[in-house]
Amino acid sequence: MSASPHTVRILRPARPWFIVLSLMAALLLNLLPTRQWVFMPDWVMLTLCFWSMREWRMFGMGYAFLLGLFMDVANGAALGQHALAYVLLHYAAASLSRRILQFPLRQQSLHVLPLFLGVTGIQILIRLVAGSDFPGWREFISPIVAALLWLPVAFLLVVPQYQPDEHDTTRPI
Amino acid sequence: MSALDRAPPFFRHGPTPLAVMIFYAAFAVALFVLDMRFHALGLLRQGISIVTDPLQRLAQSPLRLTSAGMDYFRALESMREENRAHQTARLLAAPDLARIGQLEAENAHLRRLLELRERDRVSGQAANILHAARDPFSRRVYLDKGMQHGLRQGQPVIDNAGIVGQITQVFPFSAEVTLLTDKEQAVPVQILRTGQRSIIFGLGDGQMELRHMPINADVAIGDALVTSGLDGIYPPGFPVAKVTHVERDSAYTFARIIAVPSAAVESHGMIMALDYRPETQARPPEPKPQGTRRRSRAGRAANP
Repeated sequence: MSASPHTVRILRPARPWFIVLSLMAALLLNLLPTRQWVFMPDWVMLTLCFWSMREWRMFGMGYAFLLGLFMDVANGAALGQHALAYVLLHYAAASLSRRILQFPLRQQSLHVLPLFLGVTGIQILIRLVAGSDFPGWREFISPIVAALLWLPVAFLLVVPQYQPDEHDTTRPI
Repeated sequence: MSALDRAPPFFRHGPTPLAVMIFYAAFAVALFVLDMRFHALGLLRQGISIVTDPLQRLAQSPLRLTSAGMDYFRALESMREENRAHQTARLLAAPDLARIGQLEAENAHLRRLLELRERDRVSGQAANILHAARDPFSRRVYLDKGMQHGLRQGQPVIDNAGIVGQITQVFPFSAEVTLLTDKEQAVPVQILRTGQRSIIFGLGDGQMELRHMPINADVAIGDALVTSGLDGIYPPGFPVAKVTHVERDSAYTFARIIAVPSAAVESHGMIMALDYRPETQARPPEPKPQGTRRRSRAGRAANP
């Protein structure tokens, strides 16, 4: 086991309101008018992957499904397209969480890359089955960018749990 | 049972994650099929859009504020120049505008002579494009007006240069416009020069294709295509596209004709949703059912 501070440190439990807030922020980021930028990552996917890895007990699969439906309606995609991808992501992330969380954040991004590629792949696949044209390999740029952003995003999301429970003014250090 | 209820949450297990995943995945696939195949989920979409619409507006607001600020601080000179250009354009158009009343009267007179129905005057409602859909499979944009403003499904949408698309879904406070260039969008058109009618299809990459035209069809590069009005959805005579590429290969039955839309289909800005309801003839009455069926129906009604 590596001696990374991220794994050794005992974290405070995540607050439910922070989970909700972060997911809302991710949804807002996704709704920005950024269609022209191919490299724009799917922020909801990033945040959802984080929480389903850490807090899959609290953050159940139903929430992933609901977020997927929101994304479908807001994006004008086929209903169920994002929902299916997010549910599968939640399942994969939750079942791989024991393994992935052992690694420091930087190496985790390599482990989440196939998950992110899978999310994009499933969406393209289900649309191809429904008779759409292949939209091009450019669609796979954004999950790669998302994996690169895993380190800062995961750090930001885990930081609130680093804070000590109560400030001990008499602590020697 | 009661022992399980009193157990700490750690020991309480619901269904296995695999079962839950299969349940939700099946649910999602069912929704997908219902939506893609049967287009049966309009109400669900409208319901969810009540939640996502405010979020969407919130996400768009910084952009709109900055662009409004930029407009405010834009140099006065460019405004003046624009104003001058507008005045010149108006002067240039003045003779035509002055004559339009007379022309319309003359036209009406001639039409009456020919006993043709008068062309419907088309009114409309201006709206702003909020944003484009992120979905890479479709070409759609969203308007800032919806059911509450009287928009309805099927209305044609134009900008100052021609047809932009058609309203395909109406939400309480927004509406979805499928652009001409969407892969599933077709418009009945007419070649302005020859008057030949055809149908133009979107290709999904910003271009359009005129399909099913014979190899020897009289189509040239630069030909303007206007709506023919045959479908009763688009009013006749609005510019749709311009032919950019004609390929006649005798190996195929049809010529390959590519056109680009006349309107600024892929850019943001103001558009107008037309309220065009041509007076169509009433649907002919259903043919009377055959004797046996009528008798059976009457019999069912007779004995309750």
